[in-house]
Amino acid sequence: MPTIVVEVMPKAELLDPQGKAVAGALGRLGKSRFTSVRLGKRFEITVAGHVDGAMLAEIQELADTVLSNSVIEDVVGIHVLEAPAGETH
Amino acid sequence: MRVGVVTFPGSLDDRDAQRAIRLAGAEPVALWHGEHDLHGVDALVLPGGFSYGDYLRAGAIASLSPIMAEVIDAANKGMPVLGICNGFQMLTEAHLLEGGLIRNDHGSFICRDQQLRVENTATDWTSGFESGQEITVPLKNGEGGFIAAAETLERLEGEGHVVVRYLGVNPNGSLNDIAGITNARGNVVGLMPHPEHAVEPGFGPDTADAMRSGVDGLTFFTSVIARVLTTA
Repeated sequence: MPTIVVEVMPKAELLDPQGKAVAGALGRLGKSRFTSVRLGKRFEITVAGHVDGAMLAEIQELADTVLSNSVIEDVVGIHVLEAPAGETH
Repeated sequence: MRVGVVTFPGSLDDRDAQRAIRLAGAEPVALWHGEHDLHGVDALVLPGGFSYGDYLRAGAIASLSPIMAEVIDAANKGMPVLGICNGFQMLTEAHLLEGGLIRNDHGSFICRDQQLRVENTATDWTSGFESGQEITVPLKNGEGGFIAAAETLERLEGEGHVVVRYLGVNPNGSLNDIAGITNARGNVVGLMPHPEHAVEPGFGPDTADAMRSGVDGLTFFTSVIARVLTTA
């Protein structure tokens, strides 16, 4: 079955305390070349049936209204995962 | 006068909110998130807690609960609605209030008695305060940082929609020290601090007079009772 991936990130202009905490840990490990980390979310949505334009539009709508909050986050990517090799429909 | 308190999976302060309503002189009515029925209440409280584990975003899944359709409809018709902490997060997720709440800037959960200044006494929940009154109620949150786009923030400030502001050290990185806001009509109020924990001598914050004697939170609940009774 196909899978649709939706990626959501905190808005670039906002402080991202989770990413900052991870960046702090990298610094303490001596990984000084990595200067900042931003941390977001990835949703993998399994779909019954095949993916068409209407379904992608429906996912875009859900991504904008449920999976993200446009006050604090941006939807940065929506794409369809290829079915793994050997999988049959 | 009946005030509903909605319990969601993961609500923690629903019983405290019910008790505060009773101490203020109204009848609390327990409501359940999974119903489509407000049981004829005159006002509503969305209590604090960690509804649905705050998965997705704080308050986000709760804001999609069955009863929220009736809550949003009632709020848009003018029913007084108070969201406390997780309830405030639900109100922003439901677009009844502007802005959003993100993880505290210092990354830690904070729990302390918090000094606040009441900025707007025209709302249904704050009419019993003096303008500029300084009060102390408990604050406990991990995701209490209030944020909004620059033009939204300017409008909230310009139209007097900031209800309470943090005094002293900003506890969570909220823009403009904002601890609570209201909508244009003044019937919907969201607060990050917990007034329901400062309603009874012996169990509230310390004051200059005596330990645990602070009852500043009670005025939010007596205010809404006065408002509903005068408009009835």
